[in-house]
Amino acid sequence: MITFDDVTAVYPGQPHPALHRINAEIEKGEFVFLIGSSGSGKSTFMRLIRREQRPSYGKVYVAGKDLSTLRQWKVPEFRRQIGTVFQDFRLLPGKTVFENVAFAMQVLGKRTSEIKREVPDVLELVGLTGLEDRRPDEMSGGEQQRVAIARAIINRPKILLADEPTGNLDPNTSVGIMRLLDRINRRGTTVVMATHDSTVVDQMRRRVIELIHGQMVRDQQHGVYGAE
Amino acid sequence: MRHILSETWSGLVRNRAMAFSVMVTMWVSLSLFGISVLVAEQVDALQSRWYGKIEISIFLCTELSSGLGVGNCEPGQATTPAQKELVRNRLEANPDVSEVIYESQQERYEAFLETYKDSPIQDTITVDNIQDAFRVKLKNPENYEGVLAEAKTLPGVQNVSDVHQILDPLFSALNALVWGARGLAALLIFAAAVQISNTIKLSAFTRRKELGIMRLVGASSGYITLPFVLESLVSAIGAIIFSGLTVAALMQFVIIDKAKPSIQTLEWIGWGSAWTAILWIAVAGVALGTIPPLLSTRRYLNV
Repeated sequence: MITFDDVTAVYPGQPHPALHRINAEIEKGEFVFLIGSSGSGKSTFMRLIRREQRPSYGKVYVAGKDLSTLRQWKVPEFRRQIGTVFQDFRLLPGKTVFENVAFAMQVLGKRTSEIKREVPDVLELVGLTGLEDRRPDEMSGGEQQRVAIARAIINRPKILLADEPTGNLDPNTSVGIMRLLDRINRRGTTVVMATHDSTVVDQMRRRVIELIHGQMVRDQQHGVYGAE
Repeated sequence: MRHILSETWSGLVRNRAMAFSVMVTMWVSLSLFGISVLVAEQVDALQSRWYGKIEISIFLCTELSSGLGVGNCEPGQATTPAQKELVRNRLEANPDVSEVIYESQQERYEAFLETYKDSPIQDTITVDNIQDAFRVKLKNPENYEGVLAEAKTLPGVQNVSDVHQILDPLFSALNALVWGARGLAALLIFAAAVQISNTIKLSAFTRRKELGIMRLVGASSGYITLPFVLESLVSAIGAIIFSGLTVAALMQFVIIDKAKPSIQTLEWIGWGSAWTAILWIAVAGVALGTIPPLLSTRRYLNV
C-alpha cells in the first residue's frame, strides 16, 4: 500500500536531511506506529505519503501510484484515498458535529441524500450518536478527536494517517481513541500513526518504525516504544 | 454547486467591506475606461467629419500676384492655360486624389459675394482680386501630405490651403487626452487587480482551516478556487452595472442634453458609441473579475 524506496528528503538551508535513505513497505490493512522524537522526520514521512512534498531522492509509492511522477492536477483525486487526523483536531468551530463531518463530503460534491445517509453511520461508528448538533467548543478533547476521525474516514479512504492523535488527550481518553483506530483498522483501512505516546504503543503491540535524525533505526513487528 | 454558492455567499457577507471597496475601485476604474472609449469615439467622429469635409484648395496666380507669398507665380503674370492644364493633369494623376474641380475667378467672386453679402468688405474686392483655384477631393482625407507637397511645386500655383496645419495639433491634443484617460484607467484597473489579489489573500487567511481540510480530503482545485472567483465576479458585475450607468448618464445628461444643443456645428457621438463603451466595460470588468482571482488563488491557496 505504501512503499518508500531509498527516500531522502532535504529542506533548503538545512544541513541535515529530514529523512535519509528510508526503505519501508507498509502492506494493505497494516497498523504501523511511527515513533521518534521531535525533528526525527515523522511529519516529513507523513507529508510524503500525502504528496504534500516530493522526495529529494528516491521514490514514494502509495496505493499503486508513483508520487514522484503524479501530476499536480491528479493530487486531489489521489488524496481522496487518504484520511488524516491531527493532534489539534482541526475542526471548524462554527459548524456542528454533523456539519464538520458532512463538510468532507460536500467539498467532494457528494449529494445531500448521500450525506444524510452516511454521516449518522460514521458518527455511530465513532460513538458520537446523539451529539450531532453540538459545536466543537461544547465537547471534550476526546469527543473532538472522534469528530476528526469521523471526518477523516467518511469518504472511506484506504489509508488513515494519524499525526499524534492522542497528544492532547488524557490516558483514559487515549485508550478510547486507540480502540476506535483499531476498529477502523480491522475494517481494512491501513493506519499509520505518528506518536510520542509510549503507553499506547506498548499496549497495542503493532509494527513500530522508529526514526532518529531522519534515519530509520528500527522496523519491528509487534514492537514497543523503547527497543527491547 | 449549492455548497459552492453558499461558500461564495458566506464569503461575500464575511468580507462585505472589502467586497464593497473592491467594487467601488472597479467602478471608478471601469467608468474611466468607458469614458476614455467615449472620448476616443468623439475624437474619431470629429476627425472623420472635419477631415472628410476638407478639400485641398490650390490657388492659382493672377496678374496682381506680386510681393511676398507669390509661391510659384511670375510677378505680374497670371497662370497660363498650359500651366493650368499641367496642374490639373498632375493632380488627376495622383493616386490619392478622387476628384479635381476647377473654379474660375468669376465663380469664386460670386461665392465671395454670397458669403459676405451684408459686409462692407464687398466694396473693396473686385473680381480681379480673386484667384481662380482647383479644389481637390481626396480618397482618404488623412493622406493629404503627398498631394500638398506636389501641388506646392507646380508652376502657376500661388499657394495651397493647408487646414491640417491647424487641425493636426488640435487632434494631437485630443488624442493625447484619450491616451491620458486610457493610461489612468489602466493604472486604476491595475490598482483594482492588486486590491482583488489582496482581498483573496485576506480571505484565504480567514478561511485557512476550511481550505486546509478541503486540500486534505481531496477537493479539486476548481472547487477550492471557484468561491473566490465567484466572489470577485460578483463585485465585478456590480461594478460593470454601475460603470455602465455612469457612462449612460454621461451620455444623456452631458452630451445629449447639454453639449449637442449648445454646439450644434460639431459632430457628436450617439448612443451607438455609448453601447460600444459599455460593451468594452463589460469585457474589461469580466476579465478583471476572473483573471486576478485565478492568478491569486493559485498563489495564495496553494492549489
